[in-house]
Amino acid sequence: MSVAVTIEAIEKRFENFPALRGVSLDIQPGELVALLGPSGSGKTTLLRLIAGLEEADRGRVLFGDIDTRALSLRDRRIGFVFQQYALFKTMNVADNIAFGLRSRPREERPIASEISKRVKGLLELVQLPGLEKRYPSQLSGGQRQRVALARALAIEPRVLLLDEPFGALDAKVRKDLRAWLRELHGRVGHTTVFVTHDQEEALELADRVAILNAGKIEQVGSADDVYDHPATPFVCEFLGEVNKLPVKVVGSQAFFGDRPVLGGLSQNQGGPASLYVRPQHLRIVDETPLALPGTVEHLRRNGPLRRAEVAVEGLKKRLDVDLASQVAPAIGERVRLRITHGNLFAAA
Amino acid sequence: MSDATLPAATAPARRDGSRARGESRFVQFVLIAVSLAFLLLFLLLPLVTVFVEAAARGWEAYRAAITEPDAQAAIRLTLIVAAIAVPFNTVVGIAAAWAIAKFEFRGKNLLISLLDLPFSVSPVISGLVFVLLFGAQGYFGPWLQAHGVSIIFALPGLILATVFVTFPFVARELIPHMQSLGSADEEAALTLGASPWRVFFTITLPNVKWSLFYGILLCNARAMGEFGAVAVVSGKIRGETNTMPLHVEILYNEYMGPAAFAVASLLAGLALVTLVLKTLLEWHYGDAIAASRRH
Repeated sequence: MSVAVTIEAIEKRFENFPALRGVSLDIQPGELVALLGPSGSGKTTLLRLIAGLEEADRGRVLFGDIDTRALSLRDRRIGFVFQQYALFKTMNVADNIAFGLRSRPREERPIASEISKRVKGLLELVQLPGLEKRYPSQLSGGQRQRVALARALAIEPRVLLLDEPFGALDAKVRKDLRAWLRELHGRVGHTTVFVTHDQEEALELADRVAILNAGKIEQVGSADDVYDHPATPFVCEFLGEVNKLPVKVVGSQAFFGDRPVLGGLSQNQGGPASLYVRPQHLRIVDETPLALPGTVEHLRRNGPLRRAEVAVEGLKKRLDVDLASQVAPAIGERVRLRITHGNLFAAA
Repeated sequence: MSDATLPAATAPARRDGSRARGESRFVQFVLIAVSLAFLLLFLLLPLVTVFVEAAARGWEAYRAAITEPDAQAAIRLTLIVAAIAVPFNTVVGIAAAWAIAKFEFRGKNLLISLLDLPFSVSPVISGLVFVLLFGAQGYFGPWLQAHGVSIIFALPGLILATVFVTFPFVARELIPHMQSLGSADEEAALTLGASPWRVFFTITLPNVKWSLFYGILLCNARAMGEFGAVAVVSGKIRGETNTMPLHVEILYNEYMGPAAFAVASLLAGLALVTLVLKTLLEWHYGDAIAASRRH
């Protein structure tokens, strides 16, 4: 029961603030897509538009080939998990989950015994068997989130929409739930869209990630696509850590000042550009024709990684360099850096 | 008993040896004494007096005073007025609170200000307004007379005046509470396929039930106790348009003190019941009500 979602040229303004400016996105049936972006980028607005909780000024959303503008909220059949879960405080877990089934018109409503069977099955699906009689206030954050998910799944939605599904949880629970949700998605296979500002979450969980910025989609692609081949400087800076070098492209080489730092470029556009290099793509080398001299100013440890901050003459910000070998340079040591991979964007 | 806990509370602060602390303790004592004396003298003493005076002539006199036909009529009228005005204001108050808390529209602030109008206008004026509109010399008076409808000096006038005076109570309690709850629960219910009516009765209303009850309680206390506005529109026809507060005044003016106090004791009893319920509510559902107090 999963369906393709097609978003066509959506525009949406709030008062004078353009929340979405011409957003289009094709989502395959059963796909798990993340909407990733900083706050104010329009990701939640886009999710609410798919749900039908907001109306677009222009453009439309299709479920399969049905234009959703013609559908009421009930007929859209979406499962929406709210950021703070919005569990009904005055109802216990079973009544919360059964709410959607009991809200159906009389002729489509399952009988009471069928409803309680379904509730039981859903609680097992979200691994909370036996919690029927609890009230939301008696549950932990992670349990509430699962109940919210069970409640959304109860109506057999065409599309599952999750707003910052792990936003209100602490780090450990978040990791567990992430793996669990991925596995659950594999089993039930709903077309799923979730909003997050946490890139790690988006990259790990989603089949494809749509990166939004200021009301526009910057890039859509698999985690590898967007991380390794960022389409815009924004995506490059937003995902992971990156060093930015102002360079000049001449022929097939990029020059920092008058020193060539990266060769073998295929772009034939010369002129000023920004070179984005991730810390793991900088290597301390002995001698090489294309190298950047600098001084190690700081060393730190970031979990399993060891990192050096290297000051380079002519560059205000120190470069972050991941150390590949066990032999760390000393602070104050002069080193040469080789760029093994970088992304080049012509300066605006 | 508050005095007893005060030295302990200020002790850590006093250790820094400031003389100002010693003075402030004296000031605290004076302030508490003044407040207590005021409460005793102006609030508790009169209330006790009501019951003492009511009981002064014994149980038989008390019973006679409240079972006498005019008194019975006044009690019945008060109950009828409250039974109509309170549910009406509850329904309209819920509608107003819902509109204000959940929707954005032009003139919303004006509506909020208008809600407070009955609080800021003297009750006498509230009554006079209706006389001016519906009285024999009023704008609609001749038309009403021609059609044989009496509003002023009759039950409809009493109800109108009471509705006007007690209108803000329910809405005032609900608006801040509803606003603080936001709309996520309702949105969730709608996405689950519930009809707007179902959302209202299963989500919105149960979420605010304690603030609602609190508002109804205050509304009812005022509806039964209202004097000014009702006095103007009533005409004080004994056995017909006299509510309990008006009946008390008439009895007192006719030097029937014990009877007046007997009926007054019923009203005072209502006030006490309201107070106890209110305290219980605040005690048990303080969080929900505090949400509405914060604004």
